[in-house]
Amino acid sequence: MGRKLLTEHINVEGIDTFEVYRKHGGYRSVEKALKTMTPDEVVEEVKKSGLRGRGGAGFPTGLKWSFLAKPEGVPRHLVCNADESEPGTFKDRQLMSKLPHLLIEGMITSSYALGANTSYIYIRGELLYVLRILEKAIAEAYANGFLGKNILGSGYDLDLHVHPGGGAYICGEETALLESLEGKRGNPRNKPPFPAVQGLYARPTVVNNVESIAAVVPIINDGGDEYAKLGVGKSTGTKLFSACGHLNKPGIYEIELGVPVEEFIYSDEYCGGIWKGRELKAVVAGGSSVPILPKELILKTAAGENRLMTYESLSDGGFVTGTMLGSGGFIAMDETTCIVRNTWSFSRFYHHESCGQCSPCREGTGWMEKVLHRLEHGHGHIEDIDLLVSVAKQIEGNTICPLGEAAAWPVAAAVRHFRDEFEWHVTHAKEAARPGAVYPGKAVLA
Amino acid sequence: MPLNLTDMEPTNAPAKPQFSAAAQDEIKRIITHYPEDRKKSALLPVLHIAQAEFGGWVSPEVQTLVAETLDLKPIEVYEVATFYTMFNLKPVGKHVLEICRTGPCMLRGSDELTAHLERLTGARVGGETSPDGLFTLKEVECLAACGFAPIVQVREKYYEQLDTPENVDAMLTELRSMVHRPILPWEALAQN
Repeated sequence: MGRKLLTEHINVEGIDTFEVYRKHGGYRSVEKALKTMTPDEVVEEVKKSGLRGRGGAGFPTGLKWSFLAKPEGVPRHLVCNADESEPGTFKDRQLMSKLPHLLIEGMITSSYALGANTSYIYIRGELLYVLRILEKAIAEAYANGFLGKNILGSGYDLDLHVHPGGGAYICGEETALLESLEGKRGNPRNKPPFPAVQGLYARPTVVNNVESIAAVVPIINDGGDEYAKLGVGKSTGTKLFSACGHLNKPGIYEIELGVPVEEFIYSDEYCGGIWKGRELKAVVAGGSSVPILPKELILKTAAGENRLMTYESLSDGGFVTGTMLGSGGFIAMDETTCIVRNTWSFSRFYHHESCGQCSPCREGTGWMEKVLHRLEHGHGHIEDIDLLVSVAKQIEGNTICPLGEAAAWPVAAAVRHFRDEFEWHVTHAKEAARPGAVYPGKAVLA
Repeated sequence: MPLNLTDMEPTNAPAKPQFSAAAQDEIKRIITHYPEDRKKSALLPVLHIAQAEFGGWVSPEVQTLVAETLDLKPIEVYEVATFYTMFNLKPVGKHVLEICRTGPCMLRGSDELTAHLERLTGARVGGETSPDGLFTLKEVECLAACGFAPIVQVREKYYEQLDTPENVDAMLTELRSMVHRPILPWEALAQN
């Protein structure tokens, strides 16, 4: 069992209260940062740690912080992106509901580093019950002098608020999130200007994922160098994976980056293998937006090396034979899964969640859903398969925000690796449209 | 002959909705979270309060009330309420069952769950309400609880692992036994 930096105490009775959390070493990073470090020194530690954004894009957090503009007399903001909505991803919900003080501690230390005096946690509206947990914990932090005016006598002031969304995947995109926090529709903004220059209320703003902000706590406690010792290469530290689908033990696993994918799926320490004694068919390794890989390519790279749970190893082979680590939403599918049906479900999701601003996404996601629906239900044509690829290509790169790509990639990858199964849905339309139909053939590896 | 405008006003016009005192206090608290000239930021949280207070949906009248409360033009509320899927724009039953239908839930039986709930309640998904007025069935996209699939959300509660008839029955029994809606957080605060 590897080291756990975030979830070590997650099952301790009462860890959601200030008192118990504090007893287990909580809020040490705030004391250390505010009493012994300058804001820039905190940023430096985060840079040294090699921490990469845990929301999905994997951009180095310290570098993102260093882009923050600091014009004289203009307030700056830190906004935590807790709009966890990427299908397959449910790590932040667990972290926040069980360890609310960990996120609050991370928010205080990070806000201090950025010079923000008002910070927000933007949480998806469906998680109102988690918002209540966070608000209770925030009230405790105020009562104990870790929030408010002159925190720990350092002269540093911070107010922290939780803000609910209203049910919109698009608000996980940082500029849509900021629009939403301003009380508007969640339409992503054109960039530049980037949020680091003009974010919330046109002020310099950093938006970070829940897990990224939580990771700042052990980074400051133990130092960036210590954090960077964990993991492999540029994939430093630990990462939360939320495993779901056809696994014996779905759930949240904090692992040191570098565990082999095979071990993660089959070892009893982690997911415990595929349910009902079945064979694995395919995996979506980093949330629904990343390319699906057949069993053979998720366990080993095209070169025959063991695939590891790292940013680099999962993307080995590019989109031809690789995928992405993404948000860590790990969806496993057994041998009975219909890839066409699953792809249709994802397309329906993106069509439903497109904000409608850019026509390639608004129209393209609708067309992909329609075409996949008719393939799955026995009314498809053989040309439909290339039509899907063509629509996906026309969305990619032609939209304001990455929802377009997120919708296009899973479709393109499904056709790439499972084209025979798509064709079977045309040649054996009646059979394939039967509920529970199982394609008898194999995946295309490259 | 001039029109008598008074006579034209409907006599059975519903009373203008008003927030409860507890909700007004909660709204005041929320508004302080944002800069003074950025009251609009409170729109989503206030819409949630409104939906909870006024029977699980936001009627045009309720949306207008929200606009007045935050000094906004009504259109600023309508355009937001219609963008976000959590806000119901039509009357709903006593309990709105939001059934997750996205990939990971589908892999663990959400299609079967939906069909099962349609049979048990007599309502169809897509916003229909059961004949007894108890349940509205609504399909939603990913609720971020994929490891506990399939899932249904009812108000602020998640019902998880609904892949067994026992768990589904337990959920429906619990909901049927609720005589009143749960106490809202701001009502609880006001009581203390």
